[in-house]
Amino acid sequence: MPGALSSFRICDFTGQLAGAGATKWLASFGAEIIRIEDPVREGRWDILRGTPPFIDDRRGIDLGGAFNNHNTDKLGITLNLRDEKAKEILAELVRVSDVVSENFAKGVLEKWGFGYDQLKAIKPDIVYVSNCGFGHVGPYSDFRTWGPVVQAVSGLTFSSGLPGLEPAGWGYSFMDHTGAYYMAMAIMLALLHRQKTGEGQWVDLACTESALTLHGPALLDWTINANPMRREGSPHSNRNQWPPMAPHGIYPALGNDEWVAIACRNKTDWDALCSVIQRPWLTDKAFATLEDRLNHQDALDQRLRGWTEDQTKYEIETALQNVRVPVAAVLTPEERIDRDPATGSFGLWPTVRHREMGEVRVDGQPVHFSKTDWEMTHGAPCLSEHTMDVLTRVLGYNEDEVIQLASEGVI
Amino acid sequence: MTALSGLRIVELANERIAFAGKLMADMGADLILAEPPGGDPSRDYPPFLDNKPGPDRSLYWWHYHSSKRAITLDLEDPDGAETFRKLIATTDVLIEAEPRDRLSKLQLDYPTLSEIKPDLIHIAVTTHGRNDPRSDLPATDLTIMATSGPPWSCGYDDHSLPPIRGPLQGYQTAAHFAYLSALTALLYRGVSGEGQFIDVSMTAASNVSTEAATYSWLVAQKTVQRQTGRHASVSPSGETQQLCADGRYANTGVPPRFPHEFEALYDWLNSLGLEQQLPEAVFLEMGAEWQGPFDLSLIGQDDAITAIFGAGRAALQLIASSVSAQDFFLGCQRAGLAAGAVNSPEEAFEDEHFKARGFHVPVRHEDIDRTITYPGAPYRFEKTPWSIYRPAPKLGEHTDEVLAALDP
Repeated sequence: MPGALSSFRICDFTGQLAGAGATKWLASFGAEIIRIEDPVREGRWDILRGTPPFIDDRRGIDLGGAFNNHNTDKLGITLNLRDEKAKEILAELVRVSDVVSENFAKGVLEKWGFGYDQLKAIKPDIVYVSNCGFGHVGPYSDFRTWGPVVQAVSGLTFSSGLPGLEPAGWGYSFMDHTGAYYMAMAIMLALLHRQKTGEGQWVDLACTESALTLHGPALLDWTINANPMRREGSPHSNRNQWPPMAPHGIYPALGNDEWVAIACRNKTDWDALCSVIQRPWLTDKAFATLEDRLNHQDALDQRLRGWTEDQTKYEIETALQNVRVPVAAVLTPEERIDRDPATGSFGLWPTVRHREMGEVRVDGQPVHFSKTDWEMTHGAPCLSEHTMDVLTRVLGYNEDEVIQLASEGVI
Repeated sequence: MTALSGLRIVELANERIAFAGKLMADMGADLILAEPPGGDPSRDYPPFLDNKPGPDRSLYWWHYHSSKRAITLDLEDPDGAETFRKLIATTDVLIEAEPRDRLSKLQLDYPTLSEIKPDLIHIAVTTHGRNDPRSDLPATDLTIMATSGPPWSCGYDDHSLPPIRGPLQGYQTAAHFAYLSALTALLYRGVSGEGQFIDVSMTAASNVSTEAATYSWLVAQKTVQRQTGRHASVSPSGETQQLCADGRYANTGVPPRFPHEFEALYDWLNSLGLEQQLPEAVFLEMGAEWQGPFDLSLIGQDDAITAIFGAGRAALQLIASSVSAQDFFLGCQRAGLAAGAVNSPEEAFEDEHFKARGFHVPVRHEDIDRTITYPGAPYRFEKTPWSIYRPAPKLGEHTDEVLAALDP
C-alpha cells in the first residue's frame, strides 16, 4: 500500500530524538528516509546508537534501544565525507531528494560543502530544514544544547513545579519530542509550498524558539500586563489558571507512590465530588463557591488528600468517573503500556523487526488515517545496513563499484 | 504566497484544538472558527487585558485564536446544519473535538460530509480515540496527562511530593499531532486528490511523547523514577540543577566528555579563582590531557574515568553556585559546554537572542487603538513566513462575510 508520503525522499542527517523523531513521523507514512552516517566514527554522533536501554546483555552501536525507537523504517547508509568521492555521492543523492534535514550544530554541513547555497546549486528546489537549539541566526547561534538545556533556557523548566521549591522541570526531553514535531511540520509545510509553487526553501528551526511559543497566554500577560511568572507563590503547575479550577491537583492514593489527578471545572463537578466524598468539611463556608475554593486551595487540598489517601487510585478513578468528575490515576509506564487495554488496542506499541535485536516494541503514532494510515515494520538501520541498496537502486551504481568504494574507505 | 494559503480550514470551537487551528492560521490558511451562538467558553478565560475581565479582553482567547475568522452557527438547528454543509463544500480540512456521536446524530459526520466534499480531510480529536468509550468521559489537560505518562516522570527526588504536570501540554501535544496529520493528509491529497478521516487520540499523543519512560519499559521492562529538575531515570543520576549566586537556578547540562571541554572548564575555574575550592581540580587537568576517546561506559568502573567525570560535574556545580545563572550559561557556552539558565518565560522572552531573531511581533489592535507585542514564530521560513494575520476574532465577527460568500 502506498503511504501518504511515499512520493517523497529525504536525505537525512538527523539524529538524537530532536531530529530523528521528525523523520520517524515521515517514515511511518511511507517517505523514503535515507539516513547518512559517518563510517569512521561508526555513527556515534548520534549518542543513542549505543546507549541503554538494551534488550539483552549484548552491547554495541547497533543495539541502542532509544535509537531503534526513533529510527524505525529508515534506510541507513555511510558516507565518509572527508573523501571527495563520498561528497560526489552525496551530491548525487541530494539531486534525487526532496528534502535535506539535519540537526547538527550550526555550520557543520557548510564545512563539508553542503550548506544551503551549495545544496541549492545541486538541486534548485531542495527543501532544507535545519534544527538546532538556538537556530542558525542570532547571537547564540553557536551555542550548544540538549533537551534539558532547551527547556531551561526557554522557560519550560521554570513553569513546572511547586511553589517554594526549585523547579521540577519536565523529567524527560519534552523539547526533543516537541522539537521533532516542529521539524516534521516545517518539512511538510515547505513541501506543501513546493507542491504549489515549485519553490524550495530553507527553514531555520530553533528548538528554544519553538519552546517559547508553548507558554500559552503567559507571554501576552507579560507584554500587556507586565505580570511575570517569576513571582512569589507561583507557579504551581498542578493547579490551573486558565480557567481557574479548584480543587485541581494530583493527590496521594493508598500505596507507595500512588497518585490520582482530580479536576473540578465548575459547580456541577464540585457537587458531584461532594456526593461521593460525603464528609462534613465539604459544607465549610470556606469552600462554598469557586472563588472561596480558589482562595482556600491549600486547605482544600489538605482535606481532599485526607479522603484520597485511604483508597486506591483506581477506586477513586471509578468512583469519580461514575459521577462524571474529571479524574485519572497517575499511571506508571507498565500500567499505561501493558495494563491499559486501550493503548494496545489503539495499536500504540507496534512491534518492529530489527536486524540484530529481532522483534522489539516501539512508540507508534497517536493517530489513525482512514486511507493511508501509518505503518511501522522495520527497526532502525544497523550501521551502513542499506548502503548497497541505496547506491545501487537509487543512484545506479553496480555492486562491484560499491564494494570498491567500501574498500577505499569512501563508504 | 504562504504554505497554507488557498486552503480553507473549519475548526469547531473547542479549547482542546484551538492551538492546532492557530498553528495553521498563522501559516496563512483561511481558518474559520465556528462557534455556537453563545460563543465558546474560553472567550472568558483569564488572563485579561489590563487585568480587567470583560468581553473581548481574554488574552487566552487572543493567543489561541490569532489569524482566525469567527462565525456563529447553531448546528442543532436545521438551518444552521444546512449552512454548515454549504460551508463544508468549500472546505479543505475540518478539525473538531466533539463528543464521539454528536456529529453523526446531526448527520454531519464524515460519511455525510465527504459526499458533499469528496476530498475533505476530517480530523476528529478525542481523549482516547474514536473506538474507546472513555473518550466520552469528562477530562481536562491535567487528567489527560496523568493517565498518559508525563507526570509519572516529572517531580522531585522526594516522592512524598506529588508528580508534577507541565502545564498546557496535554492539549498542546495533541494539537501538534492534529496539525502533523493535517499536513500529511494535505500532501497526500496533493498527489492523489483524495481526502480522508483522521482519528487523533489526545492520551495516545502524550503516551508517545515521554521519551525514556516508555522505551525503558518497552525494551527492558524497567521503570524510570522521577528526580528533581532532571530526567527520570531507572537508576538515580547526578544532580543537574544548581542554585546560582543570584538566587536563580541553572541547568548544568551534560558534563564535559572530551579533553578540550575539560581544558576549557579548568581554565574557566582558574579565571574565577575557584580552583583552590575544588580538590578534584587535578582530575580536570587529567581529563584535559587524556589521550584517545573516553569510554563513557566505564564510568563507575574505571577509577580514573570515574574521577575525571565526577570532577567535571563538581566543577560545574561550584562555578554555578559562584556566579549568576546568566553568567553561568554564557560562560559554559563560551567554553563549548551545553548548559543553560533556568529562565522564567518572561526572562526567556526578553533575552537578546530571541529579540534579534524577531520573536517580538507587533500586532495592531485597531479596536482598542493599541499595538500589542505577541510571541513570534516557532520556525523561520525563508519564503513562506509565519505571521499573525489578524487579532483573534470577536464573537460572530465574520459570520456575514463568510455566509454571504456561500450564497452568491
